Amino acid sequence: MRSADDQVGALPGGAGTGSGTAEPAVTGAPAAANPEAETIDPTLIEGREQTLHAQQQIAEEPSPAARALAGTAAIPGVPKPDPILVADHVSRRFGGLTAVNVEHLEVQRGTITALIGPNGAGKSTFFNLVSGFDKPSSGRWSFNGRNITGMPAYRIARLGMVRTFQLTKALTRMTALENMMLGATGQTGERFLPALLAPSWKSQDRAIEQRADALLERFNLAHMRDNFAGTMSGGQRKLLEMARAMMVEPELIMLDEPMAGVNPALTQSLLGHIQALRDDGTSIILVEHDMDVIMSISDWIICFAEGAVIAEGRPDDIRSNQAVVDAYLGAHRALPAAAQGSPADRGPGPGSPSEEGSDDGS
Amino acid sequence: MDWNGIFSGALSDMIGPFAAIYALAAVGLNLHFGYTGLLNFGHVAFMLVGAYGVEVGVVTFGLSFWLGLLIAIAASIVLAVILGIPTLRLRGDYLAIATIAAAEVLRLFFNSSYTQSVTNGSFGIGPANGTFASLSPFVGAKTYQLWKFQYTGATLWVMIVTWVLVILGCILMFLLMRSPWGRVLRSVREDELAARSLGKNVYSFKMQSLVLGGVIGGLAGVMYAMEVPVQYPNNFMPEITFYLWVIVILGGAGRILGPVLGSIIFWFVFSFLGSFLTGLFPNSNVGAARIAIVGVILMLLMVFRPAGILGNKEEMRLEVR
Repeated sequence: MRSADDQVGALPGGAGTGSGTAEPAVTGAPAAANPEAETIDPTLIEGREQTLHAQQQIAEEPSPAARALAGTAAIPGVPKPDPILVADHVSRRFGGLTAVNVEHLEVQRGTITALIGPNGAGKSTFFNLVSGFDKPSSGRWSFNGRNITGMPAYRIARLGMVRTFQLTKALTRMTALENMMLGATGQTGERFLPALLAPSWKSQDRAIEQRADALLERFNLAHMRDNFAGTMSGGQRKLLEMARAMMVEPELIMLDEPMAGVNPALTQSLLGHIQALRDDGTSIILVEHDMDVIMSISDWIICFAEGAVIAEGRPDDIRSNQAVVDAYLGAHRALPAAAQGSPADRGPGPGSPSEEGSDDGS
Repeated sequence: MDWNGIFSGALSDMIGPFAAIYALAAVGLNLHFGYTGLLNFGHVAFMLVGAYGVEVGVVTFGLSFWLGLLIAIAASIVLAVILGIPTLRLRGDYLAIATIAAAEVLRLFFNSSYTQSVTNGSFGIGPANGTFASLSPFVGAKTYQLWKFQYTGATLWVMIVTWVLVILGCILMFLLMRSPWGRVLRSVREDELAARSLGKNVYSFKMQSLVLGGVIGGLAGVMYAMEVPVQYPNNFMPEITFYLWVIVILGGAGRILGPVLGSIIFWFVFSFLGSFLTGLFPNSNVGAARIAIVGVILMLLMVFRPAGILGNKEEMRLEVR
């Protein structure tokens, strides 16, 4: 019961989304549901409408970053005005299987860029490669103009490119606060000899603790501060992991399925947090399967299939892209007449085998 | 049966030199396993290179005790680095295999005829405790009465120095574990990938932990060489490693005082079982039965008290994800 309150109440106010007024309504829900068990509690509908409204608002107001991408053509591998991450010819083969084969990919600074694609499309592998958690078969990539090919994961993180994991990695036998404080970089007390002399790191540690507390507050986890992360619910762990990544003060944060296994109310809250991060100037790449989420939140969408980028564009471009539809639903075997009728404005023509359509845009 | 003798013997072993030496070695193993999550199944190897470092330095090369001590520490560091370089980048089980093999390889190597000119092989090497004994305020051969227990002056001196080292080791652990350094170590234990994703050089931290714990194990070996002046490679059998594991788990892994409490209880039980079984079957070799009973106790412990005596049961349960 307590966790339900937390999650719905967790809608942040600052992000231009609807503020979390649904909280008292949900707390009263069980009582209200008693007299007529058949009807749906109106307060719940109200809450849902609020979130829908919030989504609409988001869709209507493009972020500055999204506006910067207004003139960018929606073709795979298109150059961006101000890329933070650039990948070239990145490939990863597992024996005979080519899991990732990206010719050229740029991610615009300050945007929420979503990676979509069917299972096994290579999104997570691409994540692992660029974040240094896996070694590519070939290719090079740069972050902030700096070549980080083959750099160990921890150094990439220190440069300001931090990732989270599909399966949440909360440090279970450490408290939420310890989880957070671990994230801070450049800690004097993490070197062996200074660690023995508390005065050498105490003041820095206190500053880190304050920052951690502020972030816990922002992510609605303040009440869990001194609890072991292992006692948290799945959704709280997702929040904790995101907040912990923010402790690194990243310029680019890569979220691997942040909404997987999270209930709708908390999804809304997480979305709010992600947008708030973007509005604070952090660039975000996320892998996600929930299309509603993707379409409502992303400034730019990159679609993977069979390891390659098959389409890029704004949500509207992607919605109508034939290659994307094919990737998700299988190459069409529709009647010729029906295929002609489909709106394939930007994608490859309906007759061509669409997965091959990733010619280098640059 | 002489219950009085059995109990007083067990009580005297409980705080005796071996309890102290095992506690010291277990402090190192606790750093490896309890705080960093390193599966070191060859901790006895560090004791071996510690003991032989000082013995070979003093007896074979005629160096001073202090240089021998430095050799022992250096040898522990070298062993830790050699074990760590190939295995610490891999999954935890590789370290377990490498350490268990290394401990046996070292024992057999020190025992072999190739190394006899240096280690004196299976004939044993010693003594190297001259300087150490000369620092003692006690008369070596005299028997001292400590409350109800009797120890010779030599043993009492080893005992006191080793317990002081144990206390210093615990203070060191306390200082380290409340620092951000210890926080990173615990995060490595919990989830290495998460630590890496937050910009921590996991490999370096694991190496630091392996080296520091190894040096503490090496010092335990040095004290072993002080208590038992003539050392044989076969003193360092693999079961010592597993006694140390029993001690760490019994006391509570990842607790500062876990190894100390674990060692005290372990030595009480171990000594009690030895005398008790001998009293029960006077004409048989009870060593194997004693080890078997220790094994049963370890199994019971894992079933009923996996977090050890000082451990937090709730905390332990969190691991089941």
